[in-house]
Amino acid sequence: MTDQAYNFAYLDEQTKRMIRRAILKGVAVPGYQVPFASREMPMPYGWGTGGVQVTAACLTPEDTLKVIDQGADDTTNAVSIRKFFQRTAQVATTEATSEATVIQTRHRIPEAPLTKDQILVYQVPIPEPLRFLEPRETETRKMHSLEEYGLMHVKLYEDIARHGAIATSYAYPVKVEGRYVMDPSPIPKFDNPKLSNSPALQLFGAGREQRIYALPPFTHVVSLDFDDHPFEPSKAPHDCDLCGAGESYLDEVITDDQGGRMFVCSDTDFCRTRREEGHVGRLGEPQFSSKKIANSFEGICAPEEAAE
Amino acid sequence: MTQPLLSVRNLTKLYGPRIGCADVAFDLYPGEVLGIVGESGSGKSTLLSCLAGHQTPDTGKVIFETAQGPRDVLQMAEPDRRRLGRTDWAYVHQNPRDGLRMGVTAGGNVGERLMAVGARHYGDIRDKATDWLGRVEIAADRIDDRPRQFSGGMQQRLQIARNLVTGPRLVFMDEPTGGLDVSVQARLLDLLRGLVRDLGLSVIIVTHDLAVVRLLAHRLMVMKSGHVVEQGLTDQVLDDPQHGYTQLLVSSILQV
Ligand SMILES: Nc1ncnc2c1ncn2[C@@H]1O[C@H](COP(=O)(O)OP(=O)(O)OP(=O)(O)O)[C@@H](O)[C@H]1O
Ligand SMILES: [Mg+2]
Ligand SMILES: [Zn+2]
Repeated sequence: MTDQAYNFAYLDEQTKRMIRRAILKGVAVPGYQVPFASREMPMPYGWGTGGVQVTAACLTPEDTLKVIDQGADDTTNAVSIRKFFQRTAQVATTEATSEATVIQTRHRIPEAPLTKDQILVYQVPIPEPLRFLEPRETETRKMHSLEEYGLMHVKLYEDIARHGAIATSYAYPVKVEGRYVMDPSPIPKFDNPKLSNSPALQLFGAGREQRIYALPPFTHVVSLDFDDHPFEPSKAPHDCDLCGAGESYLDEVITDDQGGRMFVCSDTDFCRTRREEGHVGRLGEPQFSSKKIANSFEGICAPEEAAE
Repeated sequence: MTQPLLSVRNLTKLYGPRIGCADVAFDLYPGEVLGIVGESGSGKSTLLSCLAGHQTPDTGKVIFETAQGPRDVLQMAEPDRRRLGRTDWAYVHQNPRDGLRMGVTAGGNVGERLMAVGARHYGDIRDKATDWLGRVEIAADRIDDRPRQFSGGMQQRLQIARNLVTGPRLVFMDEPTGGLDVSVQARLLDLLRGLVRDLGLSVIIVTHDLAVVRLLAHRLMVMKSGHVVEQGLTDQVLDDPQHGYTQLLVSSILQV
């Protein structure tokens, strides 16, 4: 079977129309979970089929697609989704945040500020922020429609009671335009402030759970907290060891079995761009041009490769 | 003259052809405790859940004296009724599992209603929860334990604290002492009696147990096959029952 057997971006036009209707409804009611008839995709659910369907419904032949997983363009998940759309939609792809028109992501928001010409598509495993304490779908739906969100604070209360502080560091719940409480997908809470007032359109797709929701550009998004335990977007208290960035979200990486470790930007494009601009971190090499974290280790061990 | 807090008229709930409860009418005045007794299947729980808005009756009026004046609860929009349910009203279930969040700490259970009405200061919520645990005789150092780690009696007391923390005016209780050991029952009853007296609560309490109503209820309603067969002051009904069924009910406990 050739690639021509597929419709543009794999899904048939009727399915894409159905998904676009759900997206439009989500845009009209920011933060509201719109049910949609999720389709079987040629990949397992854990691989972001919700995000893939939303991306498929948004793509045009003129688009440039970027796919990231935990901030990196080169993980298996990101690579396979990117290849999928290269094959089924023949769209241009990029690793540069600034060049992309559609960015599908899992677990991160890019560090580089987004623009009004971009769509950020999130892969969502569990769209329901109230699920943790109220498993009944009929009840959570009612809570949303009646704006009964006391339970969300019970979750944060429990966090403080058990850990002395709000320990939720991923999928940190937010309130959208003072109305719907929303799960921003498992992004680190460090990224939460970027949800608010973004010029880009943000779309969220949950495949297995069959839900789509959205933040239109310049939507006001607030992270829930207590007066005496305010929300804090935290990160590791380090600079990036490769590019020296002090304000980016860092991954801790074990470098050898002697307990050696380093902190590097989780956003690989951001880190590379900074290094190409001449920024150098504690363990970095000047003018580093490698695209991949994996390569950057080789770079550290074998400096001659870094000069390529 | 004071207005009734709750005025019920002509309340009927059918389950298909079967009668849940039929043509129930009564008034409840502020500070009053109304006991509802009757054999199993007589419609006590059905009536209570219709009053509290958990079930929709087929006919009738349930007029509650809200802050904005008397309102028929059955005609209210659902958001308003649910708001009533977490502010002016409270509902204590027979099985604490139905009324507690078993995966949430005691403090979180008590704090939920506070947070539901907008409390956003962790320290204040915790102080109030600690205070209420004390009032239901649960030690402050149990505040971060889950209900699973509590005995049945403690769970029931926790459920009561969770319900009363927001200062409701009307409390529905369905067999709050059912399923507990006799000595635990007695302690819970004493506690309830103290709370009702100190807080001036109005209560509608369903029970099989005539000892419970004798201790707690100012007035008594006797149900049989979904109908109210007799109602009046508790002492009068128990000491001088008029209806044959009530006489049977009273004599059967006297034999114990
Ligand atoms: N969900 C239901 N569907 C159908 N019939 C019901 C339902 N709930 C109760 N009934 C019937 O309605 C009648 C009244 O039941 P209800 O549970 O109100 O009695 P009760 O007085 O609370 O009994 P108990 O003391 O055993 O709790 C019974 O005949 C019962 O079988
Ligand atoms: Mg019952
Ligand atoms: Zn970096």
